[in-house]
Amino acid sequence: MELLIFYPLAGFCVLMGLGVIISSSPINSALSLIAMMMGLAGVFVLQQAHFLAILQIIVYAGAIMVLFMFVIMLLNLKSAEEDTWSIRPQNTYVSVLTGFLALGALYKIACVISQAKLDSPAAVPDDFGTVVRVGTTLFTDFVLPFEVASILLLAAMVGAVVLAKNKID
Amino acid sequence: MDGFVPLNHYLLLSATLFVIGVLGVLLRRNVIVVFMSIEIMLNAVNISLIAFDHYLNNSDGQVFSFMVMCVAAAEVSVGLAIIISMFRNKPTVNLDEFNILKW
Repeated sequence: MELLIFYPLAGFCVLMGLGVIISSSPINSALSLIAMMMGLAGVFVLQQAHFLAILQIIVYAGAIMVLFMFVIMLLNLKSAEEDTWSIRPQNTYVSVLTGFLALGALYKIACVISQAKLDSPAAVPDDFGTVVRVGTTLFTDFVLPFEVASILLLAAMVGAVVLAKNKID
Repeated sequence: MDGFVPLNHYLLLSATLFVIGVLGVLLRRNVIVVFMSIEIMLNAVNISLIAFDHYLNNSDGQVFSFMVMCVAAAEVSVGLAIIISMFRNKPTVNLDEFNILKW
């Protein structure tokens, strides 16, 4: 049953991921990315990580992608005239080679992974992936990273305001 | 097999999405699309973390992917601010045009 849900969901995610890097207009890329993140939220639900699934939709599909949309609209990119897949002439070999290397790495990973042993999940308790369980871990074992993350977000906020406000010359 | 998704499948999905992100960074020249490809890579890692979490009945991986989301949010806000200020300097989003630091 899980497999029947997983395969269409995973195929959808991969398709939308390809759509991000293939489509020529940035708006289409952003919309594909939103769809991919929704699909990934579904994958998270399938793995019983409900809290992370909600967070994925709120933070990624909501906040981050709205920011992307704002910037795309702000930059007013109507010029899609340059070929989207134009590989720089001086770097053709390097680009093609690294592309092949990435695909080869994927093949190798697939070979290794297909021999892995973990076939069925451990028996998960009922509260797996709930806010209570994740929050308890977050506020007991990972208090310091949590506080550091708050400082990181504050610094990012201040940095973004400063960068976008001043004209760099 | 009683319908459980084997861990391999999650890891394969994760690896596939990661490679898609790498290809996007390598082959596209639009700054914003390159940035989105980075987001794809971050998401791909999250799948692995949560899959291992589910299979080992642990909560640490979910906290890790929570942190990944925090870092992604910070990275996106600062990165898009940088893109905007670069665009003010030079009205293009083609990465090849930004070669002033190259010699």
